[in-house]
Amino acid sequence: MHADTVKPDTGVDESSIHNARLGIVFFLFYFLLYAGFVAIVTFKYEWMARPMLGGLNLAIVYGMGLILAAIVMAIIYMLLCKRPVAP
Amino acid sequence: MPQQTSVLAIVIFLMFVGFTLGLSFWLGRKAKTAGGYFAAHGQVGWFVNGIAFAGDYLSAASFLGICGMIAFYGYDGFLYSIGFLAGWVVALFVIAEPIKRLGKYTFADALDAKFNSKGIKLAAAISTLVVSIFYLIPQMVGAGSLLKALLHLPAHNWHGLDLNHALGVIVVGGVVITIVVTAGMVSTTWVQFIKGSLLVVFCSGLVVAILANGINVNGERASDGAASVTVAPGQLAATRVTPEPPTSARQVTALEGGKIVTGPLGPSEFIAELSDATILQWKKDPAAGMWVGTEVRGSDQLVPGGYFTGIRSPELVKKLDFISLMLALFCGTASLPHILIRYYTVKDAAAARKSTVVGIISIGFFYMLTLYIGLGAMVSGAMDPADSNMAAPLLARTFGDVPFALITAIAFTTVLGTVSGLILAAAGAVAHDLIESVMGHKLNDHAKVGAAKWASVVVGAIAVVLGILAKDFNVGFLVGWAFNVAASANLPAIVMLLFWRGTTKQGMIASILVGTFGSVTWLLLTKEAFANFYGIKTHDGYMPFSQPGLVTIPLSFAVLVVVSLLTRKSNYRIAV
Repeated sequence: MHADTVKPDTGVDESSIHNARLGIVFFLFYFLLYAGFVAIVTFKYEWMARPMLGGLNLAIVYGMGLILAAIVMAIIYMLLCKRPVAP
Repeated sequence: MPQQTSVLAIVIFLMFVGFTLGLSFWLGRKAKTAGGYFAAHGQVGWFVNGIAFAGDYLSAASFLGICGMIAFYGYDGFLYSIGFLAGWVVALFVIAEPIKRLGKYTFADALDAKFNSKGIKLAAAISTLVVSIFYLIPQMVGAGSLLKALLHLPAHNWHGLDLNHALGVIVVGGVVITIVVTAGMVSTTWVQFIKGSLLVVFCSGLVVAILANGINVNGERASDGAASVTVAPGQLAATRVTPEPPTSARQVTALEGGKIVTGPLGPSEFIAELSDATILQWKKDPAAGMWVGTEVRGSDQLVPGGYFTGIRSPELVKKLDFISLMLALFCGTASLPHILIRYYTVKDAAAARKSTVVGIISIGFFYMLTLYIGLGAMVSGAMDPADSNMAAPLLARTFGDVPFALITAIAFTTVLGTVSGLILAAAGAVAHDLIESVMGHKLNDHAKVGAAKWASVVVGAIAVVLGILAKDFNVGFLVGWAFNVAASANLPAIVMLLFWRGTTKQGMIASILVGTFGSVTWLLLTKEAFANFYGIKTHDGYMPFSQPGLVTIPLSFAVLVVVSLLTRKSNYRIAV
C-alpha cells in the first residue's frame, strides 16, 4: 500500500529558514518591479507608447521584461537555495 | 467567412480525446488508495510535476481567452499574461516549501496543521468548492466554443439557449468526469503533463508559422467602400457601416510604404511592422443592428487602454478596476486549490521548489508566445466577429486543416487537464475535509475514494450547468474573477499562518469566510453579472468596479488580524 508514503513534513530546519528569507528578498524585489509596471499603466499610460529597444515600445519591453525576470529569478533562487542536511 | 466541417479535424480531435481517455483508464488501475487518488502517492518526479503545473495552469483562459483578448483589444490581453505569471513568483518565493511541509492531501491540511480545527477545515473546504466552481465556468465556456467551431453544426436555439454550445459543454463535462472518476491524481498528472508539453510545443510552431507568414493586407480601406462609407474629418479613421457581419473582426487595410505583404519577419520586426500598419476594427452596434468598422493605427494596439478603458479616464475610481485585477492576479495563483494540491504529489519541499521553477519557465515561455498568437490572429483576417474565444484556433485554420485540428484538439485537452485538476481539488475538499474531518465519518481508503468520485460527478454537473449559462463571457475575464475569489479567500490565511505567530483559528476561519463570500457577493452585484448572467443589459450594477480584490483581499487580512487579536487571550487560557 502506498497511502503512508504521503505524509506532511512539519520539521523546519536551518535550510528552510535560509530558503524562506531568500524567498522574501526575491519576492520583494519582484513585487517592486510589478508594482512599478502597474503604476505606469494606471497613472502614466502614455509613457507606455515611448520607443525603447529595437523599435519596441515601453509596454512591450517592460511586459516581456517582467516575464523574463520571473524566469531568471526563479532559476537563481533555485541555485541559491540550500538542501536540508541529512540526519 | 465560409467555414465547413473538416472530417480530418474531427478525426484528429477524436484521436486526441481517445488517447487521453485510454491513458486515464490504464493509469487508473494503479490508484486504489486515498494517497494514490488524491496525491499520486507523493511519488511524481519534480520535472513531470513542473510541466504538469503548466498543464494545470494554462487553462482555456490562457490559451483561448488571452489570445482572443489580444486579437480583439490589443495589448490589454497581454496584461493578463503578465499578471498570471507574476502570481507564480508568490507561489515559488513564499508558499511552495511551507505548504508542502504542512499538508498531506488538500491545502486545508496545511491551514489546519497547527490547530486541528473542524472550523478551519469547513471554511477551507467551502472556499475550495467556491473557487473551483468559479474557475470551472470559464473552462466549460471555452470547451463549448471549441466544439462549436469544430463541428460547424447549424445554429440551434431553444428558449434563447445555444444548443451547440451546450453540447460542447456537456461533452467536456462528461469526458472530464470520466477521467477523474477513473483514476484521480495519477492520470490527471499525466494528462496535464502531456497537455502542457503539447501546448508549449505546438504554440511555438504556430508562432514560427505566424512570423514566417508575416503581415498581409487582407481588407479594403474603409474609404474605398461604397455609399455606406462616412469619413470623420480630422481623424485617421474612416468608418464603414454594413448590415452584414464582416469576414473578420479585424482586417489589415494598409502597411507601411504601401506594401501588400511583408514576407517573413523576426519577432521584433513583426511588432514594428504591426505598429506601422492600419487596422480596420469591426464592432456591432446593437441599437442600429449594424456592423461599424473603424480604422486605427497598429501602434494603438500595442499600448494599454483598449480593453481597460478606465485607465485612460481621469477618474480614480475607474482606474481602480485595473489595479484590483492586477492585484488579484498577483495574489491569486498561490491561492488556487488545484495548484496547491499539486505540491502534495512530490516527495519533499525541495522537489516542490524545483517543480515550481520548471512550471515558471514553461508557463513564462508560453505567455510570451500569447502576444504573438494574439497579434497574429488580429492580422490573420480570420477572426469570428461574434466570439473572441476562438481567435487562436481560427488563426491556426488559416494555415490549413491539420494545424486547426491539432490546435483545437490541444485546446480541448487544455480544458480537460485544467478541469480534471479543479474537480479533483473539489472532490478532495468534500471527501477528505468535509465528510471525514468536519462530519467525523471515518472512512477507509476505498470509501474515501468512492466519496470523492461521487463528489466529482456532482461538481462536474454543476460546472456544466453554469458553463452553459455563462456563454457570453470572455473566458479570460471569468478566470480573472476566479483569481479574485481565490486571493480574497485563501491568501491571507496562508500568508498569516506562515508569518504571524498571533494568528488564531477563529481569525483564519473569519478571514476565509469573509474573503470568500465578500468577493462572490461583490461579483454577483457587478454590471457584468447583470448583463451576462441575469440578462439585464441596461443595469449598471451596484458596485463601483468589477474586480473586488482591491477591497476584499485587504478586508480578509484585516478581519484575520482583528479577530485573532480579539481571540488570542481565550486561546491562551485554553492552552494553559
